[in-house]
Amino acid sequence: MSAPTVDLGKLHGGLRLQAYKVESTAAPVVDAPVPPLLILPLIQHTGSAAQPIVKIGQHVLGGELLATHDGALGAAIHASSSGSVIAIEPRPVSRMQGDMMPCIIIATDGKDEFQDATKFRHEPSDLAAADIFKKISEGGIVGLGGAVYPTAAKLRQAKNGPLQHLILNGVECEPYISCDDMLMQAQASDIVGGAKILLHALQINSCFIVIESDKPRAHKQLALAIKESGDERLVLKQVPTIYPSGAEDQLVQLVTGREVPSGELPTDVGCLVQNVGTAAAVERWIRHGEPLTSRITTISGDGVRSPLNVRARLGTPVADLIGCAGGYSERAKRLIIGGAMTGKAMSTDAIPLVKATNCILVLSDNGGAGDELPCIRCGDCADVCPVQLLPQQLHWYGIAENENQLRKHGLIDCIECGCCDFVCPSHIPLTGQFRHFKSELRELEYERARAARSQQRFDARSTRLRLEKLERERDLTAQKDVARNVGADAIRAILERSEKKSRPDKSSGEE
Amino acid sequence: MLFERREAPFIAPQGDVAALMRQVLYALIPAATAYVYFFGPGFIFNLLVAAVFCAAGEAAMLRARGRPISPALKDYSAMIVAALIAFALPALTPWWVTATASLFAIVVAKHLYGGLGYNIFNPAMAGYVVVLLAFPLEMNLWVAPHIGDIDYPHLGLMDTAWYTLSGHLPPELSFEAISRATPLDTAQTGFAAMQTFEEIHQNPLMGDFAGRGWEWIANFFAIGGFWLLYRRVIRWQIPLGVILGLTIPATVFYLFGVGAHATPGFHLFGGATILCAFFIATDPVSAATSPRGRLIYGLGIGILIYCIRRWGSYADGVAFAVLLMNMAVPAIDYLTRPRIVGHAKNTLANQDD
Repeated sequence: MSAPTVDLGKLHGGLRLQAYKVESTAAPVVDAPVPPLLILPLIQHTGSAAQPIVKIGQHVLGGELLATHDGALGAAIHASSSGSVIAIEPRPVSRMQGDMMPCIIIATDGKDEFQDATKFRHEPSDLAAADIFKKISEGGIVGLGGAVYPTAAKLRQAKNGPLQHLILNGVECEPYISCDDMLMQAQASDIVGGAKILLHALQINSCFIVIESDKPRAHKQLALAIKESGDERLVLKQVPTIYPSGAEDQLVQLVTGREVPSGELPTDVGCLVQNVGTAAAVERWIRHGEPLTSRITTISGDGVRSPLNVRARLGTPVADLIGCAGGYSERAKRLIIGGAMTGKAMSTDAIPLVKATNCILVLSDNGGAGDELPCIRCGDCADVCPVQLLPQQLHWYGIAENENQLRKHGLIDCIECGCCDFVCPSHIPLTGQFRHFKSELRELEYERARAARSQQRFDARSTRLRLEKLERERDLTAQKDVARNVGADAIRAILERSEKKSRPDKSSGEE
Repeated sequence: MLFERREAPFIAPQGDVAALMRQVLYALIPAATAYVYFFGPGFIFNLLVAAVFCAAGEAAMLRARGRPISPALKDYSAMIVAALIAFALPALTPWWVTATASLFAIVVAKHLYGGLGYNIFNPAMAGYVVVLLAFPLEMNLWVAPHIGDIDYPHLGLMDTAWYTLSGHLPPELSFEAISRATPLDTAQTGFAAMQTFEEIHQNPLMGDFAGRGWEWIANFFAIGGFWLLYRRVIRWQIPLGVILGLTIPATVFYLFGVGAHATPGFHLFGGATILCAFFIATDPVSAATSPRGRLIYGLGIGILIYCIRRWGSYADGVAFAVLLMNMAVPAIDYLTRPRIVGHAKNTLANQDD
């Protein structure tokens, strides 16, 4: 079978950002030590919380199932080292800012014993697609690019559509993050293995592994692994290093030239995007019996002494991981989970590493907050917007609370990549504003829906009352009619009786 | 350890407004030098008066509006207004005319509409139009270019300063002695007298192709403009739009009405067209902002300049053309929204969905 060919599409705008990846990719990935405490949040994925199946005080082995999920959207959680469960309690997490989330706390025993993986190993070709989906769900595997959508659910949904291409995303466009780069260098064969399992499960014959032009070492390893596999369905594609090429819809557009319609998913144009790390995790679980208990994460920024990539156990507190990077430097001012363009600032490092944590970034104060000037409509933002919005117009309409124009100018299509912020000469925090405007639109919609529901309830009640009233009136009329009829009969009866009385002879004769 | 929080992105933004505005000012230096060379030191006095009154107007308005004064003065936007006013006015202008234009531009056109970023009309052009209407006599005194073999009396440095301060010429000189019609005026008068362009062109003031001195100043504006394009301070759409908008009708009329119409080259270089294309129409605040919108905005200005010059009573039409197109900006921007990725093409039919 020959490799399918598709045209490389073109993105509008985007940025050539200065990369800070050399710092963290110079040395190989370091294994982070087992921390004294593992904090495993019950939600590390899109969907509902996993249900704990362990008791407090119970001893667990690494890889052992701690929490399952019931049919609904979710993912299982496994122990990432051996030790005993000491609590299931709310702890601060990175997922929702300021929120506490129930976590399983394990005091590790330092032995780092893992359960026997052999009984979970499978030859993928022996498994039917449905079994593979089920197994992937049991392995706790979620999208490791940062969105952590449960992989099994995504695969099932994709398989129901007109699927053509599997796209493995190795485009790591955020300026500091390099964990996928390191993973592709160290585990290229796992990625290729995972790709083959996914192709088998999805029953399609085309997989693009996409990588940016600034990762020659990873490109070489992947090319080698693909060559060794001899699988012609796998095609390695190189794309230019332009932020945000790694965003899901943008990647689809770049690789296939197809635009994902507004509000739809890549599967609507026949593409399923998975992170390269997810593919590797599928391979490690299905073929090697190792559930998702660790991941590679980048620790970088000028706020740590020696940036690097670590393979860390899920649940390791961020504070412990900073030690691997030589600790905080004097300049450390902000802690960011995720990348510099789209990450979230955290107020504490007591949060654990979770499935979504692709980067721990510690930065000095380099943001130009507070020197904001009015928009001068220069249009630099529109030039770089990858979805071709007019951010300068959205900014005005947002300030004016003009909901109609915000919708017409595509506020909901904003992917919050931050390109417009970066080029704005007036230093307006546009992306933050758009997030805010979006939440206001959602709120308005919610309020409107609620108002509509109350209106409906009110209408229903009025109708019911009116009907009841009508019914009562009908009953009354009926009763009156009856009464009237009854009255007439009675009168007739009385009249008849009195008539009989007036002719006593006849009646007495009858008696 | 505890940390400060804010919203993504966390990379410091790249550009800044003051740097953009400064580059616009740098780009005007070649033309300013040429202007002084051809028309004497009056331009420098006009620039000084305009700068002082623009800065004063800006500071006073910011104070009245309770806004911080120093960041706004440091953004150089008022200085660009001052420079454009100085370029628009005749080289010899009494200070109160310049001051009126400057104050109207900053106080009314800029700050009464909400300050930087909020003004609908180009402040410099609004200020210029006010003095054009209010001081017709002063606005008609254009000195002859100081170039080559033509020997006209010229004012020295002190006489120019005195005129700027008092509005009086030295007793031995009259307005008639030192003033000459601009090339556009000359052409307009000539056409009114049923002369052909060739006949009009015999006038030594008409220079090589677009007016002695004027054509050179326009060249220097173009050099500054191309530098701004190269530095990406301005985009190509508006300058191209203005130039095409003027050149196309000028060429059509020139070709099909030989003799009775000025050459396209004269239209481009003979007045304020090049200044407008690169420095006035490109004021981002009052211009259209979508890429296609900018082209349309520029074309509109170009066409209006031609119409005003050809059929209007004013010799040049840049200021009116810009102000008229300023009014059309909201509609242009709305109708030229780019197609958002993942959406169907914008058509007129779905504009009002």
